[in-house]
Amino acid sequence: MHDAVRLTTPLSREDVEKLRIGDRVLLSGIIYTARDAAHKRLVELLEAGESLPFDLEGQVIYYVGPSPAKPGRPIGAAGPTTSYRMDAYAPELIRQGLRGMIGKGARNDAVKAAMKEHKAVYFAAIGGAGALMAQSILSAEVIAYPELGPEAVRRLKVKDLPVIVANDCHGGDLYEEGVRKYARTA
Amino acid sequence: MREIHVDAIIAAVRDLCIRANTELGEDVLDAFRKALEREESPAGKDILKRLIQNAEIARTEGVPMCQDTGFAVIFVDMGQDVRIVGGGLREAVEEGVRQGYRDGYLRKSICHPFTRQNTGDNTPAILHLDIRPGDHFRITAAPKGGGSENMSRVTMLTPAVGVQGVKDFVVQRVKESGPNPCPPTIVGVGIGGTFETAALLAKKALLRPLGSLNPDPELAALEADWLEAVNSLGIGPQGLGGRITSLAVHIEMMPCHIASLPVAVNIQCHAARHKETEL
Repeated sequence: MHDAVRLTTPLSREDVEKLRIGDRVLLSGIIYTARDAAHKRLVELLEAGESLPFDLEGQVIYYVGPSPAKPGRPIGAAGPTTSYRMDAYAPELIRQGLRGMIGKGARNDAVKAAMKEHKAVYFAAIGGAGALMAQSILSAEVIAYPELGPEAVRRLKVKDLPVIVANDCHGGDLYEEGVRKYARTA
Repeated sequence: MREIHVDAIIAAVRDLCIRANTELGEDVLDAFRKALEREESPAGKDILKRLIQNAEIARTEGVPMCQDTGFAVIFVDMGQDVRIVGGGLREAVEEGVRQGYRDGYLRKSICHPFTRQNTGDNTPAILHLDIRPGDHFRITAAPKGGGSENMSRVTMLTPAVGVQGVKDFVVQRVKESGPNPCPPTIVGVGIGGTFETAALLAKKALLRPLGSLNPDPELAALEADWLEAVNSLGIGPQGLGGRITSLAVHIEMMPCHIASLPVAVNIQCHAARHKETEL
């Protein structure tokens, strides 16, 4: 495996165009958390023509509902949740400028098409490695929907968050290619 | 008649919820190490190494290994010569879960099915009670994450499909689940009984230590065969391609109705959490 690529948010179109599936990336800067309930609200705001709690341009959303922080720590365990549940909402956010998503599991065709058209990237983080991922999170602040608890929107400051490019903006899909490579036909 | 006070049950359930979420079993860690030897995909190896690292961080720092600290599934196996004093068993289990999820900084993940309003304390718990002769009192906490539970299924097959039909259903379930349940997974299979017991058998199958052989030699042979079939799918760690899609297939079986062949597949993510204690 070649060395990991270091990227800092916000991501530009050029940053994303350089990435290919299988690339290991260490992500730093500000990212935002949102999962099912927050996505529903964000898209409802867009449909109503209202502004979002944060500007989407060049930003990265991490699909995570962290566990509560122990005293003296910024966050609890913070690994990715399964991404397909956000597929219904992601294309609209990508159209509005969202440049990256972090989650786990494959995306549907609508999301992949939007990523290709608007130059966005989907990173896979290691599902279930919540304690490990939390070590790359320097600070966390709830910026919207505190009533959603673990599903509130948080602004995270991250340093070298380890992720892998699962879908690039050129149509590549690591979930399909990886499995094809190792499948044995019965 | 042996008396057990509910305070002891509350304290035990609280402790088990916290320990299950922060201390991954040695059997699972051993399975990761063995998987690492057999995995061929570089990304898969890297993931397995990080999972071992993740378990170490969780244990030493007392933080949950995964942010999804699960639905609190509690098994109580008690002897009929035990009398519970000071309150109700179910209430004690709920209180233990409430305290464990609060004191352990565990995520509260339980909500109203439609409004999605969080119950706020991770209750209700799921309680499976088994009463037999004796004065034993054994509690198992098995927190279950949503991602892998979502990939689980129960079906009522036609008896004519036989062993091959059950195998096909199991393998197809793992295939369709792909990366979603956080592979490498453990595949719990419940065969027989009724609609709901098949599911419970599948869940109980997940509690058997990894690396242990099924006491029924016929089922042990099926477990080995089905594991090979599952690992031929190429899904691999985290579904990014590789040899190790599952660490084990565990089967629990019981007789069924002459008209039926119930089968349940309960998929367990690699954070295979359960802790037991005897009071």
